[in-house]
Amino acid sequence: MAETASRLPVIAGARYAKGRASVSVAPPAARLSLRAPSESVAALSKALGVALPEKPKTSITKGDVHALWLGPDEWLLIGPDGHDFAGALAKVAAFHSAVDISHRNAALMVEGAGAADALNAGCPQDLNLSAFPAGACSRTLMGKTEIVLLRLAEHAFRVEVWRSFAPYAFDFLEDAIKRDW
Amino acid sequence: MSAAQKNRIAGKGRLNAAKPLRFSFDGKVMQGLEGDTLASALIANDIHLVGRSFKYHRPRGILAAGVEEPNALVQVKRDGARTEPNVRATVAEIYDGFAADSQNRWPSLEYDIGAVNDLASPFIPAGFYYKTFMWPAKAWAKLYEPNIRRAAGLGKAPIEADPDAYANRFAHCDVLVIGAGAAGLAAALAAAEAGASVMICDEQAGVGGALKFETSAMIDGQGGHDWAVATAAKLAAMDNVRLLTRTTAFAYQAQNMVCLVERITEHLATFNADTPRERVWQVRAKRVIIAAGAIERHMVFAENDRPGIMLASAARTFLNHYGVAVGRNVGVFTANDSAYHAAIDLKKAGVNVAAIVDWRDAPAGPAIEDARALGIEVIPGAGVISTGGRLRVSSMLVQAKAGGVSRLIPVDALLMSAGWTPSVHMYSQSRGRVVWDKETGRFLPGAYPQDAISVGACNGAISLSETIDQALAAGERFANEAGRMAKRTALKGGSAESFEGGVSGALLGADQGETVKAFVDFQNDVTAKDIKLAVREGMQSIEHVKRFTTNGMASDQGKTSNIHGLAIAAKALDREVPQVGLTTFRMPYTPVTFGALVGHARGKLFDPARHTPIHAAHVALGADFEDVGLWKRAWYYPRAGEDMHAAVNREVKTVREVGGMFDASTLGKIEVVGPDAAEFLDRMYTNPFKKLEPGRLRYGIMCREDGFIYDDGVVARIAEDRFHVTTTTGGAPRVMTMMEDYLQTEWPHLKVYLTSISEQWAVIALQGPKAREVLAQLVEGVDISAGALPHMSYREGRILGVPMRLFKMSFTGEAGFEINVPSDHGLAVWEALYARLTALGGCAYGTEAMHVLRAEKGYIIVGQDTDGTVTPDDAGLGWAVGKKKADFVGIRGMKRADLMRPGRKQLVGLLTKDPKVVLEEGAQIVETPNQPVPMTMIGHVTSSYWSENCGRSIAMALIAGGNDKMGKTIFVPMPDGVIEAEIVKPVFVDAEGGRVHG
Repeated sequence: MAETASRLPVIAGARYAKGRASVSVAPPAARLSLRAPSESVAALSKALGVALPEKPKTSITKGDVHALWLGPDEWLLIGPDGHDFAGALAKVAAFHSAVDISHRNAALMVEGAGAADALNAGCPQDLNLSAFPAGACSRTLMGKTEIVLLRLAEHAFRVEVWRSFAPYAFDFLEDAIKRDW
Repeated sequence: MSAAQKNRIAGKGRLNAAKPLRFSFDGKVMQGLEGDTLASALIANDIHLVGRSFKYHRPRGILAAGVEEPNALVQVKRDGARTEPNVRATVAEIYDGFAADSQNRWPSLEYDIGAVNDLASPFIPAGFYYKTFMWPAKAWAKLYEPNIRRAAGLGKAPIEADPDAYANRFAHCDVLVIGAGAAGLAAALAAAEAGASVMICDEQAGVGGALKFETSAMIDGQGGHDWAVATAAKLAAMDNVRLLTRTTAFAYQAQNMVCLVERITEHLATFNADTPRERVWQVRAKRVIIAAGAIERHMVFAENDRPGIMLASAARTFLNHYGVAVGRNVGVFTANDSAYHAAIDLKKAGVNVAAIVDWRDAPAGPAIEDARALGIEVIPGAGVISTGGRLRVSSMLVQAKAGGVSRLIPVDALLMSAGWTPSVHMYSQSRGRVVWDKETGRFLPGAYPQDAISVGACNGAISLSETIDQALAAGERFANEAGRMAKRTALKGGSAESFEGGVSGALLGADQGETVKAFVDFQNDVTAKDIKLAVREGMQSIEHVKRFTTNGMASDQGKTSNIHGLAIAAKALDREVPQVGLTTFRMPYTPVTFGALVGHARGKLFDPARHTPIHAAHVALGADFEDVGLWKRAWYYPRAGEDMHAAVNREVKTVREVGGMFDASTLGKIEVVGPDAAEFLDRMYTNPFKKLEPGRLRYGIMCREDGFIYDDGVVARIAEDRFHVTTTTGGAPRVMTMMEDYLQTEWPHLKVYLTSISEQWAVIALQGPKAREVLAQLVEGVDISAGALPHMSYREGRILGVPMRLFKMSFTGEAGFEINVPSDHGLAVWEALYARLTALGGCAYGTEAMHVLRAEKGYIIVGQDTDGTVTPDDAGLGWAVGKKKADFVGIRGMKRADLMRPGRKQLVGLLTKDPKVVLEEGAQIVETPNQPVPMTMIGHVTSSYWSENCGRSIAMALIAGGNDKMGKTIFVPMPDGVIEAEIVKPVFVDAEGGRVHG
C-alpha cells in the first residue's frame, strides 16, 4: 500500500494571543480512557509505570505522560502521539476497561497571566491557585461544552475537549481573551 | 463656571471644573463637567423637566440622585444601533458628545398631547384596563391590544443588531461585599486585612455611598468621603482584593451565587471595539456582606410630582458631590432630621431656604437648632397639602395638621424626606424573610438562609458609628470563618447626623377626592387613592393590590413606593402592615441588558457547530448541510444545474446501480468492556446478545421500561468481553446516560464499563454493488470476500495503513460496509475511497438520499417513524425481541394490556393511487373522507419520499390495525383535496432481501 494516512487533527496550528493570555492547539496525542475498580489500581499503575492518582481533582505527570483522576474509577491518560497505553495494559489480568480515545479529543493550551481568567469566562470552577494548584484537573464545563481541564503550571492549562467541540472551545477562548481588558 | 451652568456653585462638589463636556438633551447642546450624571448636568443648566409620566403624561423631573429614580427616564442615543430606552438620568454618566432624548411625549416635552389623560383621569382609574377591554372578545386582538401596546412602554427599543460585545467571568472569593459606602468599605477592609480574598462592588461610578452627601462624617480622622476614596485605593492595591465600581449586584441566587454586572464602556466617549460593553460576574462567595444602604422615601401629598420636587438626600448629593444647587429658593417637607442637613448645606451654599415644613409636632435637637440658627423658618406639626406650577414647582401650600388656614409659600424646588427604607433587596433575593419592626416602621433582615449578613443602613443602622462597628465585626468574623485571621482592623467613625424617624402613607387627605393626585409610585402613575380603590374593590393582600394598581411593578420595582403603598393599604384595611403582606424582592435589582445576560454566546458562539472529521470533503463537493442536533450533516451534493430533488434522485439511483459513500461519523458509539458486557447488553436491548459470537454484528432495539422503542443501532462483538455499540445520531447522549443509569443504580455488581467513542471513530458507509471492489483496493490484513465476510459480520484490519473497524452491514438494502477509522484519518480514507468509487461511476450521498434508501427498504428511523408510543411489535420488529429472554428493559412494559391489544397503530407502507403524489409527512389518515369534521383519524404518515428507484412516491405510516388492513384504501385529507392511498407492506425494493449479500 503506497498511501498511508497521517493524522489530520481538527483546527491544527491555530493560535490567538492578546494581552495577558493566548490559546493554541496542542499537537496530536495518545489518549486512553481507563476504568477500573480500586482493587485493580496497583496492578494497572505497575503496568503503566505511573502511579494512578486516587485523590479527586489530582493528576500525576511522569515524563511526557499525564494520568488524570476523573472519577473514583476513571482516569484519562495522555501521552505523546503513538504512545502505546493499550499495549502496556494488554497483559494486566485485573479487571479494567482500557479504551483508546486518542482521536476522540483535541487539546488546547491556554497560557499567560490571564489564562485562568480566560477560562473563567465560561468555566465555573474555582481556578484560584489555592483551590486549583498546578497538577489539578477536573472534568468541567466551559461555555456550552464539556472539557477536561488540567493545570500544568500557574499560568498554563491544557483543555481536553471532544473533537467536534474543539473549534467552539477555541473560538470561545479567543473571545474570552479578546474581551479581557 | 460657564454661564450656561447657572446652578453650578463655584467651590462646591468634587468634580473637576477644568474638564467641561458637551452633551445634548432633546437636541439642545449644553455644557456639563466630567463626572456628571445626566441628572446633575441638567440641573446645573437649570433643567428639571425631564420626562412625561407613563399613564397621565404629567410633566416630571428628577426625584433622586441614584438608581431608585422613577421619573427621569430618558432615551440615550450613542449611534444608530446603540440607543437605549428608559435609562435613569441619575445613573447615566455623560461623556463628551453624550446625547439623550425625553420619552413619552408628542410633539414635545413642553407640549404633550397625551397629557389629556391627566384631565380624563377620573375615567381611567386603577384596574381600568382589566374592566374595560373585556368585551367584545373579538376586539381584543385587533383593536384593544395593538392600541394599548402602542401607548404602553416609554422609549424605543433599538431595531439594529447590537454592535457591542459582552463578557462573562466566573469568580470565587471568601467574602463578597455588596456596596462600597462606609459600611461596605469598612467590612471589606476588615476582611481583607485579616487575609480573606475579597470582592467588593458598587453600582456607582465612585465609592462612598451616602458619604457623598453626608459632609459631617469623619472616619479615622478624615472626612468621610476622603476616607472612602483612600480606603478604596488601599483595597484596590491589595492582592487579595478585587474592587469593582459601576458594578451592580443584581441577583442573589442559591448557595451564595451572586451575579454582578459591570458597566465598562457606557461612560466612555470612545473605546476599543474589543472591549466589552458590560461584563457579568458570576461570583460564588463563601460569605456575603450586604452593605446596600438605605433609600429615602418621598412624601405622599397632593401634586407631589412636579419637576423640582425631589428627595432631600438627592438635593444634598447634587450640591455636595456635583456642586449643583437644585434651586435658588427651596422648600423642605420632612418627617425626620436628615432633611434638615440638606437645608443647612444649601443655606450655607447661598441658597435661600423658604421654610422647613416638619410633620412632627415638636422637632428638637441639634439639626433643628442649627437650621433655626441659620435663620431658616421651621414650621412644625404641618404638611404640604398641594403645590403649584406647571412644568416646574413654583409654590407649596402649607397647612397645620390640625387644619386651619393654609399658607402659600413660593419655592423653585421642594425637598422631601419621609424617612429611610433599608435596602433589603439582596437579603430578600437570598430567600431571606424580612421582619417588620413596628417601632421604627421598617422592614429589616430576619434570619439568614445563606451565609450572609447585612451591615449598616440596610441592616437598620441609623448612625455612622453603628454602621462602622457592624461592618468591622462582620468583615472580621467572615474572614475568620474562612480561616483567615492575619490582622484586626480598627476604625473610628462618627457623624452628628442620624437617619432615624419618618412617616409612611398618605398625608393630610392625599387619598381623598376625585381629582387629587398624590403619587405613591411615580413611574407607574399610582396614586394614594388608587390603592384605596384597590382595597375597596376587595384586594386584601399587598400582592393583589400591587397587581391591581401596578404599584411597585415598574422597572424601579417600587424602590421608593412599596412602603407607602403597604402603609396606605394597611390603613384602609385597618390592619398591621405585616398582615397585609410583605413584598418579595426579585432579581434583577435594577434592569440588566439582554446583551449582558447573553455574554459570549453570540454568533458562532451561540451554540457549538459540530463538524465530522470528513466535513472538509463535503464542503469541497458543494454539499448542502442540514442541522441534526448540533451536527452539520451533508444533506445532498448538488452538481451543476441540479436542484435538491435532482441531486437526491441521482444519488439514490447511483447507490443501487453502482455504489455510494456516506459520512456516518455522527452515529453514537459506545465501547462496552468487561466480563459482564454481554450480560449487560442482553439486559439493555430486547435482542439476545449472550450468544452473539465475536466477529458478528446484531441489530439491537433498546426500549424504556414502558416497552416503547427508545433507540436502535448495530452492535459488534469485538471480543468475548468487548462490544462496539452504535446508536442513532440524536440518541447518543441519552443512550449513554440511560445505560450508565441502569449500570450504576440497578446492576452495580455487573463488571462492565462504558466509554463513549462517538468521536474516536470516523465512519464511512460504503454501499452498493461496487462497494466490495472499491474497498478491496485499500484494505490489508482482512479478507473481505463474500464468503469470508458475510452480511452482519465484523473484522479488524488496516486501511491506508491505519487501524480499521469494519462492519459488513447495510442501511440501504445494498451490499455494504461501514468503515470505522480513527477520526484524524477520516478525511484521508474518505478521499482515497472516493477517488476509487467515482472512477467506477459511484458518488457521495447525503442524509436525504440515506433517508430515501432506507425507506425503500422499510428500515425505521427512531424518532421519525416512532414517537415514544411505538413498541417493537408496532414497528414490525417483533422478530428483534428475544422470546426466550427472562429479562430486559421493557419486558414488563410490553406485557401491559394496552401494549398487547390488537388494533394498535402499526407501521405499514403506503402507495398513493396517483404515483406522482408525494404525501406530506405528519399528514393525518382517515378511513373514509365521507364523514363530518372533525373526522376520526386512524393514523399519520411518518415518512414520505419520491423514490427514483421505484419511479414513484413511497410512504410509511402508523395506522390503527394497519397489519390487518393490507391492500385496503385509506384517505389523506389535505387542504387542497383528499389523497387516496393503498396500505402495503413497508418494503418497496428487493422484498426478498438478497441484495445485501451481494
